[in-house]
Amino acid sequence: MKLKENATSAPCAWGWPGCSYRVFAVLFCSLVTEVIQAQVQKVILNQDTILPINLEEVILISSFKKAMDSTYVYNPMATLDNYLESSTKMEMLKRGAYAWEPVLNDMSSERLSITIDGMHIFGACTDKMDPVTAYVDVSNLSEARISSGQQGSEQGSTIGGAIDLKLEKSNFKPTGWIGEVRTGGEFNNAARMLGGKVDYSAEHFYVDTDVIYRRADDYNAGGGEEVPFSQYEKYNLSANVGFMVSDGKKLSTSFIYDEARDVGYPALTMDVSLARAFIGSVTWLQDRFVGNFMNWETKLYANTIEHVMDDTKRPDVPMHMDMPGWSDTYGYYSQTGLKVENHKFLVKWDGFYNKSLAEMTMYPKDFDEKTMFMLTWPDVRTLNTGFYAEDKIGIQESSLKLLARLGIQNNTVASDFGLNSLRIFYPDMVKSQGHFLKSFSAQYQTKIGFLDFNGGLAYGDRAPSVTEGYGFYLFNSFDNYDYIGNPNLKNEKSIEGNLRFSSDWEKLKLGLEGHYFHIKDYILGEIDTSLSAMTLGAEGVKIYGNLDYATLYNATLDAEYAYSTRLKLSGNISYHRGIDQDGGNLPFISPLAYRVYLQYDLGFFTGSFAMKGAGRQVNFNPGFGEDETDAYTVFSLNLGKRFILYDNMIDVAFGVDNVFDTYYSTYSDWKDIPRMGRNFFMSVSYAIK
Amino acid sequence: MRTTILLIAAFIFSLGFTSCSKNDDEDQNVVENPLADYNLLTSFKSNGHDIQIYSDQEQFTVGYNELFIRIKDDDTDAFIKNADISWKPLMHMTGMMHGCPASAIETTEDTSVYSGYLVFQMPGNADEYWDLTLDYKIDGLDYSTSARIDVNSPADGKRRVNSFMGSDDVRYVLAMLPMEPKEGVNNFASVLYKMEDMITFTNVAGYKVTLDPRMPGMGNHSSPNNEVLTYDTTTKTYQGKLNFTMTGYWKINLELIDENGETLKGNGVAEENESSSLFFEIEF
Repeated sequence: MKLKENATSAPCAWGWPGCSYRVFAVLFCSLVTEVIQAQVQKVILNQDTILPINLEEVILISSFKKAMDSTYVYNPMATLDNYLESSTKMEMLKRGAYAWEPVLNDMSSERLSITIDGMHIFGACTDKMDPVTAYVDVSNLSEARISSGQQGSEQGSTIGGAIDLKLEKSNFKPTGWIGEVRTGGEFNNAARMLGGKVDYSAEHFYVDTDVIYRRADDYNAGGGEEVPFSQYEKYNLSANVGFMVSDGKKLSTSFIYDEARDVGYPALTMDVSLARAFIGSVTWLQDRFVGNFMNWETKLYANTIEHVMDDTKRPDVPMHMDMPGWSDTYGYYSQTGLKVENHKFLVKWDGFYNKSLAEMTMYPKDFDEKTMFMLTWPDVRTLNTGFYAEDKIGIQESSLKLLARLGIQNNTVASDFGLNSLRIFYPDMVKSQGHFLKSFSAQYQTKIGFLDFNGGLAYGDRAPSVTEGYGFYLFNSFDNYDYIGNPNLKNEKSIEGNLRFSSDWEKLKLGLEGHYFHIKDYILGEIDTSLSAMTLGAEGVKIYGNLDYATLYNATLDAEYAYSTRLKLSGNISYHRGIDQDGGNLPFISPLAYRVYLQYDLGFFTGSFAMKGAGRQVNFNPGFGEDETDAYTVFSLNLGKRFILYDNMIDVAFGVDNVFDTYYSTYSDWKDIPRMGRNFFMSVSYAIK
Repeated sequence: MRTTILLIAAFIFSLGFTSCSKNDDEDQNVVENPLADYNLLTSFKSNGHDIQIYSDQEQFTVGYNELFIRIKDDDTDAFIKNADISWKPLMHMTGMMHGCPASAIETTEDTSVYSGYLVFQMPGNADEYWDLTLDYKIDGLDYSTSARIDVNSPADGKRRVNSFMGSDDVRYVLAMLPMEPKEGVNNFASVLYKMEDMITFTNVAGYKVTLDPRMPGMGNHSSPNNEVLTYDTTTKTYQGKLNFTMTGYWKINLELIDENGETLKGNGVAEENESSSLFFEIEF
């Protein structure tokens, strides 16, 4: 068949290096071309794959067809950050155009468990410039699974929830060779993308490879004002290989290499010259385990991240600094399931070992003076071992899910240099300390008349992060304070409740959902006036401490109305609140936010219109550098059309974001940097059958 | 390729050779010279004795100098044990002469080695110089010798000693003891002497010295939890703790406070007043 032909033609179809100039010529015309060879499995991440709270595991297998159906994802050139942002559950904290920090239930990084295929990865940047999500690309992924609160504790200890990014794998589907070349571009910041993949999959073997390159210049805010230092450049390579060792026994490996260079962070005082990750794993999958235990999966993984901040391109820097950071993680998990009557058990044993080291070298203006050096993360070794068990119980039309996680975590400061530094603040500090972690949850789903009810109660805790426990003079440009870790912090403990009422009529779907978190010993920086700031121009020093408690809650009303099978209107509105024990506002809590989508789907023609906005941020915390962010509403438009030409498919898509070129920034934009202004994009995909 | 192998072989060989010879040295030194790890700063040859002065430093330096002395008998080449030594440093200035704080000289564990310290307030120069007189008694016989010594400013130019008039109209000399500064918590010590007359300096007890380390290059950043220097009667020094949050240039701002809580010298650091009139400097 075509197999051989495809294989030989692949290098040309990939188009580079030979054809790349032509590709870029196309890009300069801001025309987006997508060439798809054979039947392409395209990554799709849309709202449906994102499960807020659901007792059932839903795995969405991406396909080209679904990608085309997915009008929700408006920009085919979108980054993972764009996809995550399109989730109703999530917000993204932005410091620039790249590496946005995911926020779930108004909680970010240290309160979330973010994993890639169950692998723990920890960013190497002390200033949170490299969330884990920055080290993968949509080209690697099939879905992002988002679980709220303790529902996410399968992947690890968490307070706010978990995001597990699932890698896309051919998984022994007999599809043969698949090749694809993708390129794209956007007007506003001259973003261009070039990607390709070659997959081979058969019943006993598969190999997936892909590469993607992205580059963007500075973007313009609404009104045309350029946002300097918002450029980025990155590429990502990945490969998955699987062997069917024997019937029901599979061995698979995956590898990702991601490198970003010259990444600007307009909201910060420093940029990034290098952010690099090697992520690898080996997985053993066995359909039958011992006795009635099924689906035994064991994974060994390792990843190493290097992150180098850079201020050499900034004008008027009071003092040049080098701030490299390294984070290495080694981990494993082994899990198996068991079905007994109406019970479905899952047990999992997991663990990881992380090594986080970051340093800072400052160069005095007076060249005769020696350079100043400190460890900002004192080579902290974290050893975490956990045991997780869940039971899903079907009771007539209802179901109950019980879960528990028990874990121990040990943190050791391996650097005597760093330990001695921290002992300035904590003279009796010990080198090593342990945390006992636990999580319990019960989630119940039933039908009450025409209403679907889903509700749960949970308890969970987390150990302080490396920054919170051991950070040393980490500058936060948002509130303008230097932060010092506190090794005496108590675990943060969360008591959590959630409710969802939904109903599904013929044309109308309605849902009301709420999450409530009462977090004891909430970890937050507290000003210590006795301390002197290190960073030039900083206001002072904050030391991480435990608040008595904090309360966070959010409620979302969502609705969908289908006029016909072709025309659908959907939307949601959400309210968020976060306060400390004295009723003071917590930082980074979303104001009232809403979205409306109108979607039209005629098979070969799709169109969507989206409106998205937020109310004025009334509840803000000036102590953390927040101000009252104005309300905004922005609109976007997306049209797609499919042509058939000699049996091949040509898909043309055109869109515009921020149609009215509105100048705005949201509560989650670091130091109020404005978001992108009007942005046109266009894509043409060409698929050869 | 062959060249590379040869080079590597040569390197390994030389490595083995040097490390062997080093060991030999050390073995001999243990027997031969208990001060082999120190530098010989000067030797006085008189009265049939060779009096050798050693130090950790490479020269007599302005500030605190810990010194080790041995007396070799020229006839027997043996080092004399249990001698009774005292010293008198003297600065010959163009218009006057003065001494400097000097400790008593004590016999160390090795009874042929004696130790003590001198605190020079100033360096010598072309017209002004220090000399050192050593009076010593061996087997009931008194000897004396005197010679010029070169006292230099520290190579890094950093201040390690303060000579000043206190608000009580007394002249003091405050000097920091040598230390190996590191990031974090450091033990820190100083000696304080009162100038009784041009020649006589006495060790002062019972005062306090506050420490406020600052980095002028970092917006006068300071470190917390420094421990005030207080008098330790055993060592007759002022002992405390000095904290550095990072490497680099630090100015240690000081305040000398007497037993009544009166500030004799120095002042607190504030926005309008970036440093104290009394300070040490450390760069690492």
